[in-house]
Amino acid sequence: QPPLPPPQEDRGFKGRINSGRLGNTWQKSALTADGFFLPTKMAAPLTLLLIVAVTIRAVLFRSSLAELIPERVEVVSPLNAWKRGSGIFMMSSYLFQTPLIIYFFHFVSDYAEIVFMMADALTAVALYLAVKDYNKTVFRKQKYALEAERYPLDCLELIRTPKEMYYIPLKVAMFYLLNPFTILSCVAKSTCGLNNAVIALFILCTVKGSSLMSAIFLALATYQSIYPLTLFAPALLYLLQRLYIPVNWQRSSFWLFTTQYTFMYLGSLCVMVCLSFFLLSSWDFLSSVYGFILSVPDLTPNIGLFWYFFAEMFEHFRLFFICVFQINVFFYTIPLSIKLKEHPIFLIFMQIAIISIFKSYPTVGDIALYMAFLPAWNHLYRFLRNIFLVSVVLLACSTLFPVLWHLWIYAGSANSNFYYAITLLFNVAQILLVSDYFYAYLRREHHLTHGLYLKRKDGSEATLVLK
Amino acid sequence: MGDQFQEELVIRPLHSGDIYASFQFRTMWDTDFLRGSKVSHYRLFPKSLGQVISKFSVRELHISFTQGYWRTMQWGQPFLPSPPGAELWVWFQDTVTDVDGAWKELTNVLSGIFCASLNFIDSTNTVQPSASFKPLGLGNVTDQRFLRYAVLPREIVCTENLTPWKKLLPCGSKAGLAVLMKSEKLFHSSFHSQALHFRPVCQDWKCKSTVWELRQTLNVVFDLHTSGQGKREWSLFKMFSRTLTEACPLASSSKVYVDVTDNPQGELFELSPTTPLLSQAVVLGDRRTYSVYDLTNQATFGQTRSLNMLLRWRAAERDMLRPLLHGERYVAGYGLQTGEIHTLMYNNHPYRAFPVLLLDTVPWYLRLYIHTLTVTSKGRDNKPSYIHYQPSKDRLRPHLLEMLVQLPPNSVTEVTMQFERALLKWTEYTPDPNHGFYVGSSVISALVPSVVAMDTNSTRECPLFSSFFPCKEESSYFMRVYTEPLLVNLPTPDFSMPYNVICLTCTVVAVGYGSLYNLLTRTFQVEEPSPGLAKRLANIIRRLRGVPLL
Repeated sequence: QPPLPPPQEDRGFKGRINSGRLGNTWQKSALTADGFFLPTKMAAPLTLLLIVAVTIRAVLFRSSLAELIPERVEVVSPLNAWKRGSGIFMMSSYLFQTPLIIYFFHFVSDYAEIVFMMADALTAVALYLAVKDYNKTVFRKQKYALEAERYPLDCLELIRTPKEMYYIPLKVAMFYLLNPFTILSCVAKSTCGLNNAVIALFILCTVKGSSLMSAIFLALATYQSIYPLTLFAPALLYLLQRLYIPVNWQRSSFWLFTTQYTFMYLGSLCVMVCLSFFLLSSWDFLSSVYGFILSVPDLTPNIGLFWYFFAEMFEHFRLFFICVFQINVFFYTIPLSIKLKEHPIFLIFMQIAIISIFKSYPTVGDIALYMAFLPAWNHLYRFLRNIFLVSVVLLACSTLFPVLWHLWIYAGSANSNFYYAITLLFNVAQILLVSDYFYAYLRREHHLTHGLYLKRKDGSEATLVLK
Repeated sequence: MGDQFQEELVIRPLHSGDIYASFQFRTMWDTDFLRGSKVSHYRLFPKSLGQVISKFSVRELHISFTQGYWRTMQWGQPFLPSPPGAELWVWFQDTVTDVDGAWKELTNVLSGIFCASLNFIDSTNTVQPSASFKPLGLGNVTDQRFLRYAVLPREIVCTENLTPWKKLLPCGSKAGLAVLMKSEKLFHSSFHSQALHFRPVCQDWKCKSTVWELRQTLNVVFDLHTSGQGKREWSLFKMFSRTLTEACPLASSSKVYVDVTDNPQGELFELSPTTPLLSQAVVLGDRRTYSVYDLTNQATFGQTRSLNMLLRWRAAERDMLRPLLHGERYVAGYGLQTGEIHTLMYNNHPYRAFPVLLLDTVPWYLRLYIHTLTVTSKGRDNKPSYIHYQPSKDRLRPHLLEMLVQLPPNSVTEVTMQFERALLKWTEYTPDPNHGFYVGSSVISALVPSVVAMDTNSTRECPLFSSFFPCKEESSYFMRVYTEPLLVNLPTPDFSMPYNVICLTCTVVAVGYGSLYNLLTRTFQVEEPSPGLAKRLANIIRRLRGVPLL
C-alpha cells in the first residue's frame, strides 16, 4: 500500500497547519474574519455601481431604443407589458396585470422610468444585503463544523475563506444591475422588474429572519404571478433553521412555527385579493389574471416552451397538456425540499430558476434574477462540468433570437420553426446550467463528508458517479 | 286589401361606359302574425320566408349577397348600397327573450334557404351597433339589444344563391322582369348584388295599419369591355341575353325606367324604341328624368311582342358629378407583428359640413390599440363628438367602434388605429392561411345635404327606387357608403409539424425532468470497475452453486 500523500500546503490562507486537526488553525483567522463583514467598507463601491447602472438606463431611456425595446417579444409578455393608456381607453381587454399594479401605475404613470430604475436599484441592494447576511451565516456554520472536526483532512481546498467571500455581495449586485437582460427589461418598462424587486425583498426578509415581512412579500409575489408559491417551502426551511427548530414531524415547535408562517402568508394573500376586489368591485380580475396565467389562451411567441406547443396542440389534448405543463412547475418543490433541506438558499435559487424556465410566459427579466445568484456559488467552479458549453449556447441564442424573429416576421424568408428551435435550445441550455450547478453543489457536499481525494479498494484514484 | 306585388327595372348608363341595371321587386304582405294567430294562407308572399319571420319574431330583416366592390368615384351612388360578401342585420321584436339564441337559429335557417354559408356567423363576428343601423321601417324600437349585425366578407355569390332568391318572387323567373335574370350573364359583370329587405310600412297615406313589405333587389353593373365587347351600345339582349315579353300577371305595376337626365335632346345617346312616358323623381339628392316603359300596357311590346331597348351612344361622355360622400380604407405597416388601419372619408361638398357615423367591426385576432386612435381633417385633430367602443374578447366577440365625426367641407378626414396581429391555434386558420384574413367593410352612414328638395311624403305613389330610405326632412337624404374590406396576413405556425413540435417540446421538458430526477434520487458512489465477461459468467455459475464469488 503506498503511503498517504501529505496534506497539501496552505493555498492562500494564513495559519499553520496542525497535524490532523483543522479546528485550531482557523480560530486565529476567525477572530479577524468578522472585520471583513463591516458594512461601511462596501458602501462606496455599491454606490458607484448603482450610479453606473442608473446612468446606463437613463441613457437608454432617452435614446431611440426606448421605442424599439418594448416591442420585443423576448422582453415583454402579455402579462407584464406596459401599454400607455389614457382616459376611457385604458381598461382594454389586453390588460392582464393585477389590479394593485394598475392602480399603482395610475398614480405614477408620469414617472414610470424612475419607478423602474428604482425597482432595479432596490432589487440589487436587497440582493446585496441578503447575500452578505447569508455569507455570514455560511461562515459561522463552517466555523462550528470545523471546531466539531466534521470535515475530513484533505478538504482544505473546499473550505471557504472570508477573503474569497468578501466581494461576493458586490458581484451579485453587479450581476443583476449590469446584466443586459435586466437593462432591456427596465427600458421596456416591463413589470417583471417590479416582480423581481418583490422577490428580492422577500429573500432579504427571509435571510434576516423576519417571518412576518417575509410572508407579506411572498404573498405579494404570489399575488403578482402564482408561481412564487413554490418559494414557501425554502423560506419555511430557512426560518426554521434560523430559529434552531429541527424539521421533525413529531415536534410541536415545528408545527407551531409552520402554522404561524402559513397563517401569515395566507392572511396577507387574502388581504391583497380582497383589496383588489374592493378596488374593482368585481371578481373578474381572478379569471383575467390567474385564469390567463394558468390556461394560456394567448399564444404570442416568447422565449418559453408553451406558445408553439399549444399553437400546434390537438384540441382534444389541450387541457391535459396544460395541466401537465403547469404541474411540471410545481412538482419539483417537494423532492428538492427534501434533498436540500439543509441548504434553503440554494433551494430558493433552484426554485426561481425552475420557475423562470417552465413558467407560462417567461421573459428575460425572470432569467436575470436567478443569474444574479451565480456569483454566490463561485466556490463550485471546480465541479461544474458543462459551463463553457452552456455559456456559449446562451450567448449564441440570445443573439439569434432577434435575428430569427426578423427573418420570420419581417423578411418572410424563415418561418416560425426557426424561432421555435432557438427557444428550445435556449431552454435546454438553461436546464443544463441549473442541473450543472445542482450537481456541483451536491458533489461538494459529498466531498465535505467523505473527503476530497477518494480511493478505490485497491488504492488507485477513484471516480465518482451517480448511482 | 290583400297582398300586392310591384316590379321595376332601372337602367342607368354610367359615364365610364358601363351600364347599371337595378331590379326591385316589392311584395306587400297584409297579415297580422304579431297577435299570435298562425298564418296558414300565403298568397303572394313566399311561404318559406313567412314561416321563418313569424317563428323568430323578426321585425326587420336585411340580407345582401354581393360580388365585387362598388366604385363610387366611377359609378356614382348606388340605389341600395351593399358591402362585398354577405351582410345580414336583423331587428327582432321586443317580445323575444333570448335574442342570441334566436339569432343563431335564424342564421342557420337563412343559410339553408339561400344556400349560403351563413352558418359561419357566430358570436365572433356579430355585433350590436348602437347608432348606425336604425330601423328602416315603422316603429320606434331603439333598444339595440334587439339588433344584430354580421358581415361575412369572404362569402362568394354564385348561381346557387340566385336560384333560391328568384324562387321567392311570386312569378318566379317565368314571367315579368325576372326572366331577364339569367346567371350566365349576370355573373359575368363587374358588380353583382342581390338583397332582400323586409320591414313594416304604412299601408297608405293615412297610416292606420301596417303591412309588411318585402323588397328584393338585384343590382348589376355590366362592364364595357368584358360584357359590352368595347362597343358603347347596350341593349337588353346584350345585357341579359333575353328580351321582355310580358309583365308578371300577379303584379299591380311593372315598369322599366331608363335614366335620360343627361340626354334631354338625345344628343348623348339614342334610345329605341321611344316611349312617350317620362317621369321625374328625386333620388339621391338629385332630380332625374326617366323614360318609362309600362309593361302592363300591351302596346309597349309592339309588333314583335317583345321589348328590347337599345341605347346607342352618339357623343363622348362628359364628366360625372363627384359624389358628395366617399370612403376608402387600407392597411399600412410592414411585417406580421403590427399594422395600422387607415380609413379615409371624403366630403366633396364645396361649402357644407355634415356629420357621419362610422362603424368599424374588427375581428378579435387583430388587437386594436384604441389609445392610438387619431382622427385628423385637413391636418388638424378632429375630435369625434360620440364614440362607442366595445373591446373584443379573445375567441368570443369582435371589436366594435362607432364614431360620430363632423366632416369639414371639401376635405379628407383620416381615421387611423394601430393593431397587433395574434398567433392563432393551428386549427383556427382557414385552409389557405397565406391568403389572409378578411376584415369586413366599414360602414359610413350620413344625412347628406341635398341639392334639390327631397320628398318627405312617403306614401305618395313614387317609383320603388326612390322610396327605399325613409326621408324625414327635405334638405338632406340618407346615404350609406361601404369601404373596401381589408385583407390582413397573420403569422402562421408550421402546419405540418404538430407531432414534431409535441415531441421536441416534451423532450426538452424530459431533459429537465431527467437531470433533476437523477440528481435527486441517486447518490455519489466510488465506481468499482466492472469485471470482464468471463469473470461475470463465472460469478453467475458460482452463485448458483452457492460458492463465494470471485
